[in-house]
Amino acid sequence: MKMDRRDFLKLAGVGSVVFASGLGGIGNLTKRALAAEDDFFFVQLSDTHWGFTGPAINPDATGTLKKAVEAVNNLKIQPDFIMFTGDLTHTTDDDKERKKRLSEFQGIASKLKVKKVRFMPGEHDAGLDEGRAFKQFFGKTHYAFDHKGVHFIVLDNVSDPTSSIGDAQLEWLKADLKKQKKDSRIVVFTHRPLFDLYPDWDWHTRDGAKATDMLMPYANVTVFYGHIHQEHHHNTAHIVHHAAKGLQYPLPAPGSVPVKKPVPWDANQPYKGLGFRSVEAKVKETRYAISEFSVRGEKL
Amino acid sequence: MKSMKSGPLVCGAMAAFILISIGGYLIAAENEQVIQITAKRFEYSPKEITLKKGVPVVLEFTSLDRLHGFNCPGLGIRMDIRPGKVNRLRFVPNKVGTFPFHCDNFCGSGHEGMTGTITVTE
Repeated sequence: MKMDRRDFLKLAGVGSVVFASGLGGIGNLTKRALAAEDDFFFVQLSDTHWGFTGPAINPDATGTLKKAVEAVNNLKIQPDFIMFTGDLTHTTDDDKERKKRLSEFQGIASKLKVKKVRFMPGEHDAGLDEGRAFKQFFGKTHYAFDHKGVHFIVLDNVSDPTSSIGDAQLEWLKADLKKQKKDSRIVVFTHRPLFDLYPDWDWHTRDGAKATDMLMPYANVTVFYGHIHQEHHHNTAHIVHHAAKGLQYPLPAPGSVPVKKPVPWDANQPYKGLGFRSVEAKVKETRYAISEFSVRGEKL
Repeated sequence: MKSMKSGPLVCGAMAAFILISIGGYLIAAENEQVIQITAKRFEYSPKEITLKKGVPVVLEFTSLDRLHGFNCPGLGIRMDIRPGKVNRLRFVPNKVGTFPFHCDNFCGSGHEGMTGTITVTE
């Protein structure tokens, strides 16, 4: 969709955080298919954990996602697409209950005005059944697509309960990357971090280094992920990794407490630490402007 | 003397130059300590283990239900704990301290609380 640039900047705000996503800079960007009207943005929502219960953690466990959907719908300019980066549902050992939660989540997500909505699983959705229920509702757990000059790759590092991408998917990634030029703009979505953020808390992907090694020759690679329920930014050489907040409960900063537990609800600051983000892809820059929003849609 | 907090499931193969054969495998060597650990959703038993620096140890894991993991990044050791077999991990603790370990194969709603510690003393 075309958007009025001034409107977009108003939406995103002058103070949007801009993260360098490559060493190549403007000069190395492939401009062949890009036109001025091709600036776009997408919205990332993550870790909605539909089915979670715990009043001390989130007394509005069934309302938070709905509020976020409403907030996204109220954005003055609607995104080109919306990406959910996993843990759509909270895990359950009961297959029927898992499907019920996935179905309910799907129903809420269907209320989004933007109809181009993409999904990927987290370990809570797919770790116990190797993604079988997820696939019934949302299709493939790893895939790629192109949008306005950017190549998007969705990697599944959760359906294998060993926190791995696995050799078969890595072969698929290798073949997919072969079709890209070294200066192509590439965005990778994962649930878990591809790098060793904090292995003590299982915040890593066991074979994530194999994926980053494959991505390393490409000059313009940015990874957006979830799993850790907080904003976090990291570089692996020129590859930039951005973790998103969740929409059910925040988690503490990596290694900041002896035991990883959800951060309790703060009645004085309800929904603190929860939210979603918009990501603007600019035509002439190999970097993305990230704006963080609260659950209710206030720009942070 | 080795210090252990690990209860009846822990046995120490303490005698020097003794080799023990279980299931056809030689599992103990000189001064090698053997510690049996069960894993089930969502706990290890024992979950607190004390070892001596420099003394070889074999951790023998048995899963009582499904695939679990054992990952102790501080000591640089991990293994899959597969059901239906004894999963043995040999190592020599090379530094003193208390090192958390956790299940790193997602096993359900209590997975994130499936943790324990290894304390290595001089």
